[in-house]
Amino acid sequence: MTAGLKVRDLVVNYHTDAGPVAAVDNVSFDVPAATRLGVVGESGSGKTTTALALIQLLRPPGRVDAGSATIDGIDLVALSATDMRSHRLRTVSYIPQGAMNSLNPVLRIGDQMRNVLVDHGEMPPDGKSGPVIEAALAGVDLRPHVAQLYPHELSGGMKQRVCIAMGMMLRPRLIIADEPTSALDVVTQRHVMQTLGRQQQEIGSALILIGHDMGLMAQFVDSLAVMYAGKLVEIGTIRDVLTKPRHPYTQALVTSVPRLHHRGELGGIPGVTPSLRSLPSGCAFHPRCQHAVSQCRSTRPILDRELGAHRAACHLAGETS
Amino acid sequence: MTAPLLELVALEKRYGALVALKALDFRLDAGEKPIIAIAGESGSGKTTLASLLLGFAEPTSGEVRYDGTPLLRMNKEERRKYRREVQAVFQDPFAVYNPFYRVDHALSEPLRLFGLASSRSDAQAQMRAACELVGLNHADTLGRFPHQLSGGQRQRLMVARVLLLKPRLLIADEPVSMIDASLRALVLRSLRSLNRDQGIPILYITHDLATAYHIADLIMVFYRGEVVEAGAATDVITAPRHPYTKLLVGSIPWPDLETRWGDDQPILRDERKFGMAGCAFAGRCPSAMPECLRDHPPLYAAGSSASRCFLDRSDDILDGASLHDFLARSARTDDERIKRSP
Repeated sequence: MTAGLKVRDLVVNYHTDAGPVAAVDNVSFDVPAATRLGVVGESGSGKTTTALALIQLLRPPGRVDAGSATIDGIDLVALSATDMRSHRLRTVSYIPQGAMNSLNPVLRIGDQMRNVLVDHGEMPPDGKSGPVIEAALAGVDLRPHVAQLYPHELSGGMKQRVCIAMGMMLRPRLIIADEPTSALDVVTQRHVMQTLGRQQQEIGSALILIGHDMGLMAQFVDSLAVMYAGKLVEIGTIRDVLTKPRHPYTQALVTSVPRLHHRGELGGIPGVTPSLRSLPSGCAFHPRCQHAVSQCRSTRPILDRELGAHRAACHLAGETS
Repeated sequence: MTAPLLELVALEKRYGALVALKALDFRLDAGEKPIIAIAGESGSGKTTLASLLLGFAEPTSGEVRYDGTPLLRMNKEERRKYRREVQAVFQDPFAVYNPFYRVDHALSEPLRLFGLASSRSDAQAQMRAACELVGLNHADTLGRFPHQLSGGQRQRLMVARVLLLKPRLLIADEPVSMIDASLRALVLRSLRSLNRDQGIPILYITHDLATAYHIADLIMVFYRGEVVEAGAATDVITAPRHPYTKLLVGSIPWPDLETRWGDDQPILRDERKFGMAGCAFAGRCPSAMPECLRDHPPLYAAGSSASRCFLDRSDDILDGASLHDFLARSARTDDERIKRSP
C-alpha cells in the first residue's frame, strides 16, 4: 500500500556566522497518497525551505539537521546526492514559483522533455520519444506542435503547463508545487491549477501546494498547514481551518483575504514577521497577537502530536474564535 | 466651464499590427473622486493605458489631456505641475527604491524637488505624519534601508509618499500583486483612506477582481484593448454580463468552500484568431453567434452596468461621452444602494 508522504520532526537550520538559525523547526505532517496538502505562511515562514528540504535543493548554509520525510519507504532527506538525482521527477517532482523560467531558452520544448526520459533511463538516447511527449503535452491541454517550439514562443501559462507536463511524465509519488501560478492572471491560474489537479488525481500522487493565497487553497487542497516563523502553528482539513481556525494567526490570515460576501472588509495582520535570528520569547506570534496573555510571552506552545486531527499550537486555541 | 481633470480622446496605441489599446474615450472631471478599477488579463491593454497616462509611451493616435492641456504639448512648467499632481504606485515595491539610500530618500526627494517643506525639520515632521497615516510606525520605518522592510511596508511607504505630494490623481498599477496576501489588506486600506480622507481619485489597474471589488466604486473590464464591461463594482462582480467578465469572475479563487470553481475548463486565448473583425472575445466565447464574428458590438447600457455584447443588446448605446455620465450615475446609484442596505 502506498501511504503517501510522512514528514517527521524535520529540522532545517541555516548555519550562519552568527550561529544556526532554525528555518524549519520540528515540523511533522502527513500527505496521504492522492490527497493535497496546502502550506501557507508569510515570506520567511519556512514554507519554501520545507519544500526545498524534501527535494534536497537547499543551498548552503541551509541543511537538514534532523527528521525524516519518507514516501514508499524512501527517506527523501537521507538520500545521497546521486540517489536523489534519480528520484527527482520519478519519486518527487518540484514545480517552483516561476517554473517557466527554469526552461532552457535554447532547447526546443520537445528536446527538453525528451531529456527527462533519456536521463531517467526510460528510453535509449536514440529512442523515439514523439508519442510519449505528445501524450504528456495533451495531458496539460497543449497541442503536439508545442514540442517544436522554443520557450520564448509560449505564453507564461503555456510554459507553466509545460513544466507541469515534465514534472508528471514519470508519474512521481509526490508533487511539490511552490506558488506555481503567482505570475499568472486568474483565468490562466484556474486553468493551470485544474490541469495540475487532474493530472495528480490520475497518477494518485500526494501533492503539496505552497502559497500564501487562502483563496487558491480553498479551491484546491484537502488539508491546510499554516507555518509561522519556521514552525507549524496549525494543521487540519481545509474546511476546519477555514471555517474554525484555532490559531489567532490563522484567524487573521483567513480574514485578510477579500471575500465575496464581505465587501469592503479588509482585515490584515499588523506588524512584521519576526526575524528568525531573534525570535520573540514564548510564542513567536505573541507581539502581533491581540489575544496574547502572559503565558504566551514565557512558554512556547506545542502542537499536539495526534496526527490527522485539527491541531493548533496556541495556549488559547479554541478560546479565541 | 473648467476643463476635465483628465481626458482621454480616442486614445490608441498600436505595436505593429497589434492594437494594444483601441480608441479609448474617457473623462474624469475635477471634483470627481471615485476609485476606478481597470481590470483585465495580460495583454488587455491595462498597463499600456498606465504608460500612456504617465507619459512613458506615446500614443499612436489620440491624446491624453490633463487640465485641458495635451500631455505631449505641455511646456516645462505644465509638465512639472503634471509630475507632481499625478502620482503613481507601481507593482514592484522592491525595484522602486535605490538600495544604497535609506528609504527616507524616496520621501524627502520629492519634498525637496517640489519645494514642499520649509525646513529639514518640517520635512521630517511631514514624513512622520504620512507614515502614521498609512499605519506605519515611523520610528520602525524611517532611517531603514529598503531590504530591512517587508514588501507590504515598502508599498505603504510609497502610499505615504503619495500623501506627501497631495496629488489630484493617483494611478496605482498592480500595487498589491507582489505582496503577501496577509499584508495586501493593509496596503489596500491605506489606498482607500487616501481616497476617502484626502479625496484623491484613484485609477486602480489590476488583474485581481477580488481586490477591485473591495476597494473600487467602478470597474472597467478591458479585453484586448477595449472596454467590454463597465459599471458599479457591485454589479460587475455579483452580476457580470459580458461572457469575458463571467469567465474572469468565475475564475476568482474565493476563500470560500461554497463558492468553488466550476469543473468546466475555461477556453483559453487563441492567438491565431488575433486581428479578426467582430467581437474580440468571439474566439473564446461559449455563446458566440455568427454576427459576433462579423460585427463589432458597441457598449450596451442597462441598469448600472454596460456590456459590449450582442446578447446584452439594449436601446441605450454608449459612446465615449455618454460613458462618463453613465459611470457617474452608476457610482451614485451604487452608493445609495450601499447606504440603504443595513
